[in-house]
Amino acid sequence: MGRVFAIVLTLITLVSVAFFVMHTWWLPPDISTTGPAVDHQFEETLIGTGVLFLAGQLLLGWFAWNASDKTKKVRPFPGGATPLVTAAIVLVGIEVFTLTFVGSKAWGAIYLAPADPLALKIDVQAEQFAFYFRYAGPDGKFGSVHPEKIDDGSGNYFGLDPANDEAARDDIVAASLVVPINTPVALTLHSKDVGHSFYVRELRVQQDFVPGLDIPLHFTATQIGKYEIVCTQLCGLGHYNMKAYLEVMSAEDFQQWLKTQAGQ
Amino acid sequence: MHDVSASPASHQHTAPSGFLRKYVFSLDHKVIGKQYYGLALVSVFVGMILSWLLRLHLAYPNWHIPLLGKFSATGAPDGVMTPEYYLSLLTMHGTLMVFFVLTNAPFAAFGNYFLPIQIGAEDMAFPRFNMMSFWTTFLAFVVMMASFFVADGPPISGWTAYAPLSAVGGDAGPGLALGQNLWAISIVLFCVASLLGALNFIATTLDLRTKGMSLARMPYSTWAWFVTSVIALLAFAVLLPACILLILDRVAGTSFFIPAGLILSDKLQPHSGGSPLLWQHLFWFFGHPEVYIAILPSIGIIATILPVFTRKPLLGPRALVGSMIAIGFLSYMVWGHHMFVSGMNPFSANLFSVPTLIITIPATIMTLLLTASVYGGRMRFDTPALFCLGFISVFISGGISGFYLAQPSLDTYLHATYFVVAHFHFVMALASLFGVFAGTYFWFPKMFGRMMNETLGKWHFWLTFLGVYCVFMPMHYLGLVGNVRRYSAFVDDYLAPLIPVHKFITIAALLTGAAQLIFFFNLFWSRFRGSIASVNPWEATSLEWSTTSPPPFDNFGGHHLVVENGPNEFGAEAPDGTDFVMQAAPRKGA
Repeated sequence: MGRVFAIVLTLITLVSVAFFVMHTWWLPPDISTTGPAVDHQFEETLIGTGVLFLAGQLLLGWFAWNASDKTKKVRPFPGGATPLVTAAIVLVGIEVFTLTFVGSKAWGAIYLAPADPLALKIDVQAEQFAFYFRYAGPDGKFGSVHPEKIDDGSGNYFGLDPANDEAARDDIVAASLVVPINTPVALTLHSKDVGHSFYVRELRVQQDFVPGLDIPLHFTATQIGKYEIVCTQLCGLGHYNMKAYLEVMSAEDFQQWLKTQAGQ
Repeated sequence: MHDVSASPASHQHTAPSGFLRKYVFSLDHKVIGKQYYGLALVSVFVGMILSWLLRLHLAYPNWHIPLLGKFSATGAPDGVMTPEYYLSLLTMHGTLMVFFVLTNAPFAAFGNYFLPIQIGAEDMAFPRFNMMSFWTTFLAFVVMMASFFVADGPPISGWTAYAPLSAVGGDAGPGLALGQNLWAISIVLFCVASLLGALNFIATTLDLRTKGMSLARMPYSTWAWFVTSVIALLAFAVLLPACILLILDRVAGTSFFIPAGLILSDKLQPHSGGSPLLWQHLFWFFGHPEVYIAILPSIGIIATILPVFTRKPLLGPRALVGSMIAIGFLSYMVWGHHMFVSGMNPFSANLFSVPTLIITIPATIMTLLLTASVYGGRMRFDTPALFCLGFISVFISGGISGFYLAQPSLDTYLHATYFVVAHFHFVMALASLFGVFAGTYFWFPKMFGRMMNETLGKWHFWLTFLGVYCVFMPMHYLGLVGNVRRYSAFVDDYLAPLIPVHKFITIAALLTGAAQLIFFFNLFWSRFRGSIASVNPWEATSLEWSTTSPPPFDNFGGHHLVVENGPNEFGAEAPDGTDFVMQAAPRKGA
């Protein structure tokens, strides 16, 4: 029975690892300046944990195989517990601290480093079950928001007051996040109702919207294309269908898009 | 058997004769343990049916299930569940499994039954509290199940009930009115019951150990229940007020978790000044230790059972117990790793990441010690032994993915994907359940006086072991692709190509679930038809194997055992020619 266990466990282990190694299912290609560090960290972790996973499962299988030999006497583990405990502390300790020190850089570049002061500023509003994006318009100033003025029926998703607020009059509100390539973009995330999240797989970023807070998030996209923005924080019955698109354009196309939007 | 003669004190505990006192409102820890086990069994059955329905809906969204349509005409018109009903069932699956199964079965059920016996006590320190714990838990279960039958059904906010979705009431969506109230009331009751239970476990362990049962001689399962009760005492003491605040926000107009200016259903909500992040901090301050409340008892159970079947002592028992205590301590410093991308200050992510990664050290020590304990054994491959080996394997698999999620820089991609679902099912749900299975096959003879059927047990093991890998390993791959969890359908171009993987998982889940029916059948069949169990059928050492199967009302028939040995005396030649020394046997050479 121990031998059957060893064989079954070895097969499970090898098949599981094979799909990781073959990248049968994998992350979509990164399109951001901060993503490569995340991907690098991922590969490092994959190698370290892959070795631990293989070693752990295969040793267990091997020991179970050996323990099924009834002709042998009971044998103690060579060296006893102390070397094992020491090895666990030292090896896993090294792994832990390497991952922390290398990984904290990748995290810091996304979440701790301030956005470029010249970054394109875009205001993002999440609500059940849509995202809206607001650009400052030609005057470069965002109009102030008044939650009580929010009215989805008339398209006033942000609660602007163009009648009394000059800065609000030229604000551009869009249903897609349109950005120029290779340009730093600084988002401010806020929610109209409950918690939501901003997740673009290709940017390797995810950030919750927290009602009552303005949360900054910045990125620079390096590939022209259209990518999904999906909600990852359970927000109600339409959660599965809450999405928008990130459209990365050339600088010229972006300017053209802005003009078209401003003219509407 | 070595014992001091019966003392007058032992007769103060007389068995009740009335039906209610004997089987319903019993003060006997053994009956209460069985009651907890029965409640966990009912809960796991409901939770499993729910997971079947959820999986079927994900893989075959248009499949009509007429019975479900009859059960809830609004939730599943024509037998096809609505997106909101998917979330309702998801909430109930998570809540039932985490609270009423993973907390109740390994901790409350086995702990109640065996902790007093393993330390040579006649009962718990506070038998009346003990009865109250169970019946309060039962009431919590009834209130939770009632949410299925109210208008709009159970809440759709998930088992984590994040505010303000859970706090603002019916304006946020279906199930968030009465259903969410029932959920919160049920959890409050559950917390009260768990606090009473934890206090009882602690007092019993510290005060009622029989002569010679020093802390160092306690079996590892008792150690685990003891450490877990300390964790539970501190964890449920935080969830309890958190849920009370949530109820106040919902029914009394307070704003603990709700900020100003929220608009739901086109209405400006009459709240201001609260913080949604406060709920997350309080919830996870409980929620992370809860993972260890689910897993530590199973680790203790495995550490107790494994040497019985390898016929050699557990390797490094002190390091194992030390690791349990270290994990219990560290479990209170890591709750923020559930909140890396929550909007809390990103500096704190690093602060929470380091202790989270450090937890992998005691976890690795425990895994290595259990694995190395198999080495060189003359193993008896009975069903409990197989579940011990299976436990080590799924615990390794679940622990490994923790390395990814503990790092903020990877969590930014993997958070809220199926990678997380794979992780917590392996490390918390499966590992804990494998411990419960091992414990059930191991202790059933003691609890019911009959052996469980071995053939059925082995079928159950193999189908379950293969099955859970087919269900949960592919979820890692889904997570790598970026498949978001808690979606009731995969409607977009990006996720649609993953549907075949979901179909594979669904079929595997149905089969693995069906394999559990073998277990249910075995339980009931063996209860009445199993072969009669001897006092010590597995040749184990701890005190429960020194008394009849099942034990008498006062556990040891008026005898007061004196413990002279540790729980780990296997492999050496005992004076009577066997390869083990019972804890209550006279010391060698004495």
